Amino acid sequence: MKIKTKPYGEVEVDEQQRIRFSEGIIGFEGIQNYFLLDSREGPFYWLQSEEYPELAFLVIDPRIFRKDYELEVKKSDLDALDLKSKDDLLDFAIVTVPEDHSKISANLMGPILINKRTKTAKQVISNNDSYGVKHYILEEMKKKKAVLRETG
Amino acid sequence: MLVLTRKRNESIMIGDSVEVSIIEVKGDQVKLGIKAPRDIKVHRKEVYLAIQKENIDASKSSIERIEDIKGFFGKKENASEHPPRKKKHTE
Repeated sequence: MKIKTKPYGEVEVDEQQRIRFSEGIIGFEGIQNYFLLDSREGPFYWLQSEEYPELAFLVIDPRIFRKDYELEVKKSDLDALDLKSKDDLLDFAIVTVPEDHSKISANLMGPILINKRTKTAKQVISNNDSYGVKHYILEEMKKKKAVLRETG
Repeated sequence: MLVLTRKRNESIMIGDSVEVSIIEVKGDQVKLGIKAPRDIKVHRKEVYLAIQKENIDASKSSIERIEDIKGFFGKKENASEHPPRKKKHTE
């Protein structure tokens, strides 16, 4: 089937890419159906609303810029998605790209959990208080390099 | 808004299943204990609002801006993680 997307206009998608947020994304509660699309812009994905072509969220696997990232969420959140095995879990952080591109950031406070098997998803709140809503991706990557230089 | 006065170790019930207890009062801080069924979400309001605001900002990330990130980000990744890709000979 074809859907209209914010980043790429009309694209062909597979039913398999459909992800359902029964409670919506925080702030966008009424919107439940999204498609998970590969991004053409580096290590990202898009969560594209099915109903609203102009609504899409860029998401990233936080481990790409933070090797030490650990998903820490309530068991009740995993249960809500019927996540019985880690293999079924896919987790992302939503990315914000502001006017100043170098300030591209990821939200580790409100991770997105997806059950790959049932294609259901939920935005949850991290149990780790040190994770905030704005982790500057490029800065985190520079930090990583600095550490490598020190130890290497 | 309903306003109730409670002392330490007292509590209020919200419906049949939610109980909010006053555990400790110290200066301007109040420690609350909350008993609620798992399907009822309990969050600090500012955390919820921060995520909501960030989601709204994220939804405004425009595609032109992301196009620009492509090279920027890709370069960084390659430099830190992978051997540089061989440039295609175009001349």
